[in-house]
Amino acid sequence: MKQFLAFVRKEFYHVLRDRRTLLILFGMPIAQILIFGFALTNEVKDSEILVVDYAKDNASQELLTKIGSSRYFNIRQAALSHKEILKTFQKGKIKAVVVFPANFNEDLLHHNKAQVQIITDASDVNTANMVTNYLSSIIMDYQNQVNQNLEIPYRITPEVRMLYNPQLKGAHGFVPGVMALVLLLVSVMMTAISIVREKETGTMEILLVSPFKPVLVIFAKAFPYLALSLVNVTAILLLSVFVLDLPVKGSVALLFAESTLFIITCLALGIFISIKTSSQQIAMLISLMGMLLPTMMFSGFLFPIENMPLPLQVISNIVPSKWFYIIVKSIMIKGLGLGALWKETLILFGMTVFLLLVSLKSFKIRLQ
Amino acid sequence: MMQDDKVIVCDKLTKRFGDFIATNEITFDVHRGEIFGFLGANGAGKTTAMRMLCGLSAPSSGKATIAGYDVYTQTEQIKKNIGYMSQKFSLYENLTVLENIEFFGGIYGLSDERIKSKTEELLQRLGLKGEANKLVGSLPLGWKQKLSFSVAVLHEPKIVFLDEPTGGVDPVTRRQFWDMIYEAADSGITVFVTTHYMDEAEYCNRISIMVDGKMEVLDTPTNLKHSFHARSMDEVFYQLARGAKRGD
Repeated sequence: MKQFLAFVRKEFYHVLRDRRTLLILFGMPIAQILIFGFALTNEVKDSEILVVDYAKDNASQELLTKIGSSRYFNIRQAALSHKEILKTFQKGKIKAVVVFPANFNEDLLHHNKAQVQIITDASDVNTANMVTNYLSSIIMDYQNQVNQNLEIPYRITPEVRMLYNPQLKGAHGFVPGVMALVLLLVSVMMTAISIVREKETGTMEILLVSPFKPVLVIFAKAFPYLALSLVNVTAILLLSVFVLDLPVKGSVALLFAESTLFIITCLALGIFISIKTSSQQIAMLISLMGMLLPTMMFSGFLFPIENMPLPLQVISNIVPSKWFYIIVKSIMIKGLGLGALWKETLILFGMTVFLLLVSLKSFKIRLQ
Repeated sequence: MMQDDKVIVCDKLTKRFGDFIATNEITFDVHRGEIFGFLGANGAGKTTAMRMLCGLSAPSSGKATIAGYDVYTQTEQIKKNIGYMSQKFSLYENLTVLENIEFFGGIYGLSDERIKSKTEELLQRLGLKGEANKLVGSLPLGWKQKLSFSVAVLHEPKIVFLDEPTGGVDPVTRRQFWDMIYEAADSGITVFVTTHYMDEAEYCNRISIMVDGKMEVLDTPTNLKHSFHARSMDEVFYQLARGAKRGD
């Protein structure tokens, strides 16, 4: 045990002393969470919208206040002609223009229906869609609110409904995805590189000649990355809760347990790669091409698996990250427990055992 | 349990990889405190033989005991009783001198007090006191090699295997390095060394030369020169190695 500790301490020295490794280890998760959470967000936040209110009556004012009080929109008011509206779009700052017709309130009172025109900048289709949806839902909301006291309900068109993810939080899919990516990189690539490095520098020989058991060499090398990966999981979760406002709905303990399982899967993969390769570059390339790419493609994090051709859907099943992604998403967003996730967990567990056995076996063969 | 004072006993030790016989029935003994030179051209089978003696690879046939322990069944005990320094520099460059010593002391299972006193003694002897907290990577090669040797004998092994320990080192440092080897041998550690430098071969008590997996000769440097009518070990080696069929 004391030998093991001496070894683990040495591994920590290696990691903590290598600035580039440290940067990858701790900079990457933070950067990815921030990039995916903010820069690549498909959420509309503080969008500038321009309101042209020809009505200036009670109803239009009420509706405007409602729109303005949402944190998604910043309202500017102006009285503009149709032509001038087009010009403001060309400057690109305005995401949408909301136009209230002159007799908005009248129409509601007398005809029980009125129209609001929403013009969006469709050069960015996603944002345009999103803004329209947000605005429509606010209008609907207003309509329902007024209609509570009325016998004959008002109808304000356009009518758009949102079925899924009512708050449209962009970070939903990203956090589990980033978690899978980061853990994969840290555990597979770092472990593989750190073992292969010992081979390259010739220190592996020294370790094998020492009474320290070869299998323990492997475990002692993997151990620090398990610890560091758990630190990463914690960092990602903290960022997601406190910076991205995405709470963990399910059990945090379960989330950590599942993450540990996935980390061990990755470590086993990393060990396997390190046994099969003899240079750091090759280990890195294999980790990147063989692990990172499938994770991006097949975990369902960037591309929905349901939309893939059947052969690819089948292939996606052998990618461990896919199962981990499903598990994390279910725990974090849907708040599911182990009862609902035992199947995925079992699959991941099976993969882990299989990979560990294969890598230990090839390690023994290598020693002969 | 040791027979006489023989610490390495090899009897027809052989290693085959398929049809290829890397080491072919080598038989020899090494005595306690002896400096045993293990010579041969590249590909002659030195490394394979050494790996078997260190318990890293199981022989195909033949017998061998290291410090009284069997190479087939008692590799654990063998590993505890040997030290090893390889041709590649074998300490961790991004650990300090102190951390390297602590690490290797640690994996050989030395107690903290023992590591502490050994460290003190080692730094004193090498004159590295001021350098204890410097990264090994920043030390000159000569110092690294001396430190590497000291670390290899830190746990006071019965035998230390040196695989081309002085590659790339200047003659003065090499001379100093050999002083350390003599010191170790005087204290009873058996030194098993491979080298390509024939002047170093002359420093050994006895030399064996391997050609194509076989141990062609085994004797003192003086006797070898005499029987080959050679003026230097260089000539002896050349006469033998010229006949080799394999190599790289």
